[in-house]
Amino acid sequence: MSEIVLEIDGKKVTAREGATVLEAAASAGVRIPTLCHHEKLEPYGSCRLCTVEVEAGGRTRLVVACVYPAADGLRVRTRSDKIDRIRKLILELYLAHAPDAAGLRDLAEEYGADRDRFDKEASFCIQCGLCVRYCAEVKKKHAVGFVDRGWRKEICFVPEIAAETCWDCRECFPLCPTEALQAAYVFVEALKFPREDPPGDGAVPERS
Amino acid sequence: MENERVDQIIDKHGAEPSGLIQILLEIQSENNWLPKSALERVGERLGVPLTRIQHIATFYKAFSLVPKGRNKVHICMGTACHVRGAQRVLDTVQDVIGIKPGETDLDLKFSLETVNCLGCCALGPVMEINGKTHGKLTPAETANVLKSYE
Repeated sequence: MSEIVLEIDGKKVTAREGATVLEAAASAGVRIPTLCHHEKLEPYGSCRLCTVEVEAGGRTRLVVACVYPAADGLRVRTRSDKIDRIRKLILELYLAHAPDAAGLRDLAEEYGADRDRFDKEASFCIQCGLCVRYCAEVKKKHAVGFVDRGWRKEICFVPEIAAETCWDCRECFPLCPTEALQAAYVFVEALKFPREDPPGDGAVPERS
Repeated sequence: MENERVDQIIDKHGAEPSGLIQILLEIQSENNWLPKSALERVGERLGVPLTRIQHIATFYKAFSLVPKGRNKVHICMGTACHVRGAQRVLDTVQDVIGIKPGETDLDLKFSLETVNCLGCCALGPVMEINGKTHGKLTPAETANVLKSYE
């Protein structure tokens, strides 16, 4: 595997061929904010928060670091006014869904995003796809998936699979940046396979 | 729809995951909707997880996960038809079949849908049933047209 040299924020960084800009930046200790990235999963590129400026052949382009392949001689800028503005807008759009999500709040502070800029949306899901992809790629259970499209798109558990596997796994719960997933799970559980005796281990509030 | 018929359709397309959408389309056109049992059977035979089939079946408007009637009634509510009285045609249809847009009647005879333009504005107000266009409708004619469908 041959190595390539690129420049990230003025630093020379060596990366293996086929690595993404995000991986190269991480190996050089440059932090790029992400929401939909997970090291065990295939790059997905849905949250757009890792948007960076890339300069190749004299042109500057905005690309998404988590799916953009690093190339020899590439010059990457991970912070600039333009990028900060874009990330701030993206965060504000997410905050319309989940104004109090812990992960979003920290980023919002960093980028000065106003949580009340847009009217609140009913769904807490920001469609990062972490739960859907984790269940499919790592656990290979396919208990949760997307349904519909566009602004109606949402996550949806398959009750038959969820009833058998989810409670003992729950590995996707901590992945969710907004806890919309937990809500979706509790919802489908309450509707389709109510638990007789809920174990009170704190993951789901005990029902009286 | 029986599992044997679903199996026949799957076999016809070679039981490959790449043929998923074609198989779903054929079940849809034969049965007018996709019952859950059929989707489970397709997933089992093709080795495609149900979440993926669900995603595809909800993504495309050609598929329906709720029962649809034998006759699909589309009423154009586009600008030209609207001006020429599409609302009155729609009201008549709702009165005659007794369902609202997006619904299906109990004996699965009709499904009613509004659309935004059928592309034949000169014929407005237009109603399309199973792909056949009925143009320049009056409420009385509309009721007659509906009666001719079984």
